[in-house]
Amino acid sequence: MLSQYAFIGIFAVIAFALPVIGLVLSWLIRPKKSNPAKTTTYECGMETIGDTWVQFKAQYYLYALIFVVFDVEAIFVFPWAVAYNKLGLYALVEMALFIAILLGGLLYAWRKKALEWH
Amino acid sequence: MDYLRNFFVNLARSWTAWIGGFLPDWGVNLVNYLVVGIILVLMPVIATLTLTWMERKVIGRIQNRIGPNRVGPWGIFQAFADAVKMLIKEDIVPSGADKPVFNLAPILIAGAAALLWAVVPFGRGMIGQNLNIGALYVVAVGSITTIAVIMAGWSSNNKFALLGAFRVVAQLLSYEIPMVLSIATVVLVTGTMRMGDIVERQVAPFIVVLPVAFITYLLAAAAETGRAPFDLLEADSEIVAGYFVEYSGLKFGWFYIAEYGNLFAIAAITTTLFLGGWRGPFVSVAPALGPFYFVIKSVAVIFVLMWIRGTWPRFRIDQMLAFAWKVLVPASLANLLWSAIVLQIGRQPEQLGPTIVQMILLLVGNVAILAVTGLLLGRAARRYAAQHGWAGA
Repeated sequence: MLSQYAFIGIFAVIAFALPVIGLVLSWLIRPKKSNPAKTTTYECGMETIGDTWVQFKAQYYLYALIFVVFDVEAIFVFPWAVAYNKLGLYALVEMALFIAILLGGLLYAWRKKALEWH
Repeated sequence: MDYLRNFFVNLARSWTAWIGGFLPDWGVNLVNYLVVGIILVLMPVIATLTLTWMERKVIGRIQNRIGPNRVGPWGIFQAFADAVKMLIKEDIVPSGADKPVFNLAPILIAGAAALLWAVVPFGRGMIGQNLNIGALYVVAVGSITTIAVIMAGWSSNNKFALLGAFRVVAQLLSYEIPMVLSIATVVLVTGTMRMGDIVERQVAPFIVVLPVAFITYLLAAAAETGRAPFDLLEADSEIVAGYFVEYSGLKFGWFYIAEYGNLFAIAAITTTLFLGGWRGPFVSVAPALGPFYFVIKSVAVIFVLMWIRGTWPRFRIDQMLAFAWKVLVPASLANLLWSAIVLQIGRQPEQLGPTIVQMILLLVGNVAILAVTGLLLGRAARRYAAQHGWAGA
C-alpha cells in the first residue's frame, strides 16, 4: 500500500523533472538574441490597447458555482459506488434522494437561465 | 515458447532476479520504480512523435490532401524534424509577462500528462501501480491540466491568451462532471476503482453494456483534451491559439506534447473502461498479446476522435456549455441511477462484475436513455429552428 504511493511519488518527480531537463537542454543550445520588438505582446501586428487583465463575464462564475456542487457530489459518489454491493437497498434510496436534491438544484439553475449565455 | 507467451511479465521477472543478485530488496524496488517510471514518462513524447504524423495523414486524407510526405518514407520523420526545430528555437518571454508563472505552466502541464500513465493497465500485471483509487486518480490528475492552462493564459499578458483561459475554465469544469459521472457508473458496475481489476471484471466490453456512459465519456474526454469540435480553447480562427499564443520554442513544445499525451491517455482510459482493455482472443493462452490488443484499441479510439475533428465544425461556447449541462449531465445521472437500480436485482455481496441478466437490463436502460435524449434533442433543435427561422434541422 505505502510502496504503491512511493512509486507514485517517484513517478511524479520523474514526470516533472523531464520537462525541466528538456528546457535546460534547449536553453543550452538555442540562440538568445532578444530585443524590445520581439517581446511585444502578440496582437496581429497592432499595438495592444489598455490593460490585459480586464473584467470578464460574470457568467463564468455561475458555471464555476454549479461545478462546485456537482464536483462535491462526485466525491461522495465514488466511495458509494465501490461499496455499493455490500450496502444494499438503503444505499440506493440514500443516493437517489441525494441525486434528486442535486437535480432540483440543476433544474433551478436551468429555470433561472443560469445556463444560458446573456 | 512458454517464456514468449507471457513475454513482458517474464522479462520483468528475469530482470528483477538478475539485479536482485547484487542489490538489497529496497534497491531492487527503487531501480524497478525508476525504470518503469522513465518508460511511462516517455509515453507522451512517444505519443506526440507518432500521433502528430497520424493526425496529419488522417486529416489530410479526409480533406482530400496527401499530408506530410517529404521527410522520410510517407513523411514519418516529420515529427522528429519538428522536435529538433522546437529544441533549437529561440525562446521569447513577452514583456509584462508574469515570468515565474509563465515558465512553470508548461512544466506543470507536461508533468500532468505523464502522471496519467501511472495507472494505465497495458496487460495483466503490466501496470505502473494498480492503485486502489485508480479511477479517482485519473480524474484528479486530469484536472491539474486546468490549473496549468489558467496559469499560462493569465501570465502571458495577452488578451487572446486570457480569453482562451476563460473559455478553458468554463469548458473543462463543465465537461468534467459528465466525465466523472460516467467513470462512476463503470466503478459502480464493477465495484472497484482499480484500473487493472476493472478490466478483469469486464466480461463483455462495457461499450455494449453501458453505451450512454461510453458516449458521454468520449464526448467529455474530447472536450477535456480540447479537440475539435470542442477546440474553443484554442480556436485558431478566433483567438489564434488561445492560452499558449505567447509561447515559443520548447515551452510551446511541452504544451504540444501534453496535448497529444493527453489524447493518447484519454484513448487508453476509454479502452480500459469501455473496450475491455487488453482482453481479446487468445489472451488467456498468451498474455503477451494483451498490450498489442490494448494499443490497437487505443489507436482505433484516437482514429475516431481524429475523424470527428476532420468532419465537424466548431461549437459556439454557449451551445457547448449548454450541451454539457442540459444533455450530458442529466443523461449520465439517469444512467447512474438506473445502474444502481439494476445492480439491486439478484445482488450478492461478494459479486465480481455484473451478471448476464444485469448486463441485459443495463443495456435496455441505456438504449431507452439514448432514445429519450435523442427525441428531446430533436425537439429542441426543431424549436430553435422555428424561433430563428432556419430551413434545415
